[in-house]
Amino acid sequence: MIADALLLQLGYNATLVAIGATLLGLAAGAAGTFLFLRKRALVSDAISHATLPGVGLAFIVMVAMGGDGRNLLGLLAGSALSAWIGLLCLGWLVRRTRLAEDAAIGAVLSVFFGFGIVILTVIQTMSSGRQAGLESFLLGSTAGMLRADAAIIAIGGAIIVALIVLLRRPMTLVAFDADFAVAQGLPVARLDLAMMGLVMAVTVVGLKIVGLILIVALLIIPPVTARFWSERSDRVVLLSGLVGGLSGFVGAAVSASAPNLPTGPIIVLVSFAFFVASLLLAPGRGVLAEVLRHLRFRKRVHLRQGLLALAQGQPIYEPLTLRLLRRAGLARADGVATETGRARAAKALRDERRWQVVRGDQAYEAVAALYDGLRDIETVLTGDQIAEVDRVIGRPQGVPA
Amino acid sequence: MTLELAAAKGQRMTQPAQSAHSPLSIRGLTVSYGQKPAVFSVDMTVPPGAMTAIIGPNGAGKSTLLKAALGIVKPLSGRVEVFGTPLAAQRSRVAYVPQRASIDWDFPARVIDVVLMGLYRQLGLLGRLRASHKAQAMDCLERVGMADFSERQIGQLSGGQQQRVFLARALAQDADLYLLDEPFAGVDAATEKAIIAVLKSLREDGKTVVAVHHDLATVRDYFDHVFLINTTRIAEGPVDEAFTAETLQAAYGGRLATAQVDQLARALG
Repeated sequence: MIADALLLQLGYNATLVAIGATLLGLAAGAAGTFLFLRKRALVSDAISHATLPGVGLAFIVMVAMGGDGRNLLGLLAGSALSAWIGLLCLGWLVRRTRLAEDAAIGAVLSVFFGFGIVILTVIQTMSSGRQAGLESFLLGSTAGMLRADAAIIAIGGAIIVALIVLLRRPMTLVAFDADFAVAQGLPVARLDLAMMGLVMAVTVVGLKIVGLILIVALLIIPPVTARFWSERSDRVVLLSGLVGGLSGFVGAAVSASAPNLPTGPIIVLVSFAFFVASLLLAPGRGVLAEVLRHLRFRKRVHLRQGLLALAQGQPIYEPLTLRLLRRAGLARADGVATETGRARAAKALRDERRWQVVRGDQAYEAVAALYDGLRDIETVLTGDQIAEVDRVIGRPQGVPA
Repeated sequence: MTLELAAAKGQRMTQPAQSAHSPLSIRGLTVSYGQKPAVFSVDMTVPPGAMTAIIGPNGAGKSTLLKAALGIVKPLSGRVEVFGTPLAAQRSRVAYVPQRASIDWDFPARVIDVVLMGLYRQLGLLGRLRASHKAQAMDCLERVGMADFSERQIGQLSGGQQQRVFLARALAQDADLYLLDEPFAGVDAATEKAIIAVLKSLREDGKTVVAVHHDLATVRDYFDHVFLINTTRIAEGPVDEAFTAETLQAAYGGRLATAQVDQLARALG
């Protein structure tokens, strides 16, 4: 069943939903990356909740004008307008009052959402509102998705991606170093607004599929996931778009494969699965890689310390050190060095003396900076340099250089 | 004879233009966070082709002065002119090196990416990043001795290396006026040497350098001009005239420890 869904074999509606969800995920992942890099991810939560009153008011206005209250384009326009007002309120609160951004986000989010719920309740009591199904915008609903709905998502997503391509460099610079961006003459406030505008567009476009409560997940989880895999912002944007698109596609397919599986929440769970896999398995920034790196480092430290202790005839107290030395064939169980152990220990001690000379000599400054107590000296000095250092060591004490 | 005349004429034509407009001229600048001015009614005239140090105790408004000059913080009053005109018209001639601590170094970027940011303005929105831009960025890294690190993630750099990357980014802008905020703060000796060498080479090319500086012991070695500030302007001029025990006392007041004064007395001769 899932295989059928993944191959778009589950019928017209499921195919429309899958295409729409993929494009939405792509746009959300890419747009969300800039928000994430700017460290303002939570603003998206305020934006999305601020769409609700607009949806309700647009419905009322359209009905009052004698039209069909459920016209998607009209509802989305209304939601965009109220999200924009929410965004301006947020900006005003942060700039003009002493409210910090997190508090301002909480205020805007809850007030707009509460107002939206009130309007929706009022609509429920209207004769024309009973069938409106506006509450489906809260968590998304793909059951009756039309071709026109999918077209709106596709066109909206394409415009969002095009704008991201156009603004990617200035938005990256603002996220990295806003002061420098100002000094370069970039309109930072307007770029920030453009970034928020993109996020708002994603939210509005995503209302139908994912809904306003969960769209935050599609804006935040893909960039965080992508960050595990790259150290370059342009690639993080690209990967994030990919993760978002893939989550949208797989999520839509899975939800179509069984009755009564909600599309939006499944998409979010799929993206979360990508996140967990990345968190654990990513090379470099992943948890597993971090643990392995630490264990390797600890082993090197213990071996080095053990060798230095052997060389100086000191007893080894740490059981771990002794165990590592034994396993490497450098010491016996009673803590006495083996033949190889003695040779390696002597070398370690000699290297330590050489390092002392290097670190005390201004001429070796660049090399001295590499000292970590673990490195073999021949990895940083040439044979001639080592000979020179050895001459300094060999010189009797007290004779100036 | 004709040649000489042409040369003399050329000189006459270029020189007034240069001396008439200071690279950075500030008049009556006041900047305030809340109700307390960080910088109050400050005048400053930066001499062209020289290295100027902005000196003063902690919280004296040194960084704020620089940020206001660049339009990063909005002044309450005052006028800033760059090469004789408002800043907006001269952005491409001004390069800025912010404080290292002001940004998040875990940002996903390599060293070369940061330097390339200095070229974004020149690239515009639609310009493509070409091999020539990369070469230009590598050239700037070479000048600060960081070419070998170009592919490194910026979070892996030491403080001094980060500072050199920031300087390389400013070099990429190929500006005429360089404003640096504490370029020597918390850097190793090798970096300090590398940075000062680059700044001196900029001066030799006729560029103007202004740096917020905190190490009083090196002022005399590094700079031609000083600007002493403690909320208001205390003194301004060539190091020999303006960097004296009296002006320092006026700027630092009781905060200058006796040991420091002794050390400076020796440095000042």
